[in-house]
Amino acid sequence: MTLFEKPELVCPAGTPASLRTAVDAGADAVYCGFKGPTNARNFAGLNFTKAELSQSVKYAHDRDAIVLAAINSFPTAGRTDLWKKSVDDAVEIGIDAVIIADIGMAQYVAREHPNQRLHLSVQAGASSPEAINYYVEQFGVKRVVLPRILTVAEIKRVHDAIDCEIEAFVFGNIGMMAEGRCSLTNYVTGVSTNMDGVCSPASHVEYEPDEDDNLTTRLGEFAIDCISCGETAGYPTICKGRYDTAIKKNYYAFEEPISLNLTRLLPDLIKAGVTALKIEGRQRSRAYIKSVVSSFRQAIDAYAIGDEPDISELIALTEGGKETEGAFKSKTWR
Amino acid sequence: MTKKTHRGQPRIFRDPKAGPISRALPLFPLQPVLRRIVRHVTKIHPELFERLETGCFKTFLIDAKGIPFLLVLKPDPSNPTLVAKSRHDEVQYDVLVSGKFSTLLRMIDSKTDSDALFFNRDILITGDTEAILLLRNALDDLDTTLADDVATAFGPLAKPMRASINLANKITGARA
Repeated sequence: MTLFEKPELVCPAGTPASLRTAVDAGADAVYCGFKGPTNARNFAGLNFTKAELSQSVKYAHDRDAIVLAAINSFPTAGRTDLWKKSVDDAVEIGIDAVIIADIGMAQYVAREHPNQRLHLSVQAGASSPEAINYYVEQFGVKRVVLPRILTVAEIKRVHDAIDCEIEAFVFGNIGMMAEGRCSLTNYVTGVSTNMDGVCSPASHVEYEPDEDDNLTTRLGEFAIDCISCGETAGYPTICKGRYDTAIKKNYYAFEEPISLNLTRLLPDLIKAGVTALKIEGRQRSRAYIKSVVSSFRQAIDAYAIGDEPDISELIALTEGGKETEGAFKSKTWR
Repeated sequence: MTKKTHRGQPRIFRDPKAGPISRALPLFPLQPVLRRIVRHVTKIHPELFERLETGCFKTFLIDAKGIPFLLVLKPDPSNPTLVAKSRHDEVQYDVLVSGKFSTLLRMIDSKTDSDALFFNRDILITGDTEAILLLRNALDDLDTTLADDVATAFGPLAKPMRASINLANKITGARA
């Protein structure tokens, strides 16, 4: 007998092998994207062709797991056909849900594929009952992925005021910006996180070691950090860089390299009404997927029977070797 | 350690710590073995090239700490090559990856997460970051390990080949 109904464990996959790894490690659902700019992890060498996704859906369904297609970037005028085709392909493949951020694409799914289950991406930045209920009423959205800016108590209040399921991030990269609205990469590289699906494209990233093993990180023409020998590193994003500011020198002006880890808050999230727990990291390797998914599978199963889970493996996979409960615990964690 | 040329252009590597063993070591017996490995791996995993995209035409320099030579990989689909180079040579490359041999092997075989290795400074990447990301993701999509592939590449010689990899892994893991 379990103490609560187990939430759905939603796991990332950037390649077919990662998807199989996630399913085998205990994922209830796996989310992934097509190659190209239609999803928010449009990184080099990542993502699925239509044929790969079709085979992967079959692999998951044969093992009682479901697959969600992230089509969660924003098409600009004149480019909507590619997003529409991605939606059509995902529906044709038999995807279990489409994750949408753009309001026009939500309308397209609702109109052209009224029986297709629709989720609202974190990229839509919908965090109030009013905004969420609008998507539910207008487009039949069944689940919202909440931005990482709400406390558990606020999530509970949102849950009580909306007519759809809640999916909450529990591990991985912590988005500090108003999600779906960050333009920092675009400002420096000309490539948009929200419209091209890539934050800090690798083509614009360069690492320069010096003779003392210090490492300078550059994005485009700008040095965004200089990591001393022996210091841990983070992703080469502007929001995780260090700058000389009026307040402090060499300062993490936005956010430190750090990962979200809500393992200890899982019981509270479940009590607050969260239906699905999401792991971030479609850009990470199979080794990460295996380790994180296994840990969370074990944690959910342990809490469900009143045990304490062992989560010691997770810290080794965090950005900068550091973890936080972020805004979920308190609005003043920095 | 590295001498930077123009940004985005090929770079030159010269190892200032190259020791006398490296100078004396004959590399010619190694070349056919490496040739066989790279040809076999690319033959049984043609899907590698699809995920490699533009990375197919880049030069990857592998500086495995504790190994007395460098490895140069050019995964051109029409003529993939993996060549050993003396640490006393100047080597031109697009992207350099360096770390312990044991660490790099575990990374290639997806036994450990490369982002975490980078965060912890266990590996170093310089040069064309996009190319190494393409290679990482292409290798990560393979279900087999290098040891598995070596076994199928060398048939009856697989056992000693595997033993050699394990020995190098053990020795370099301990001293690098």
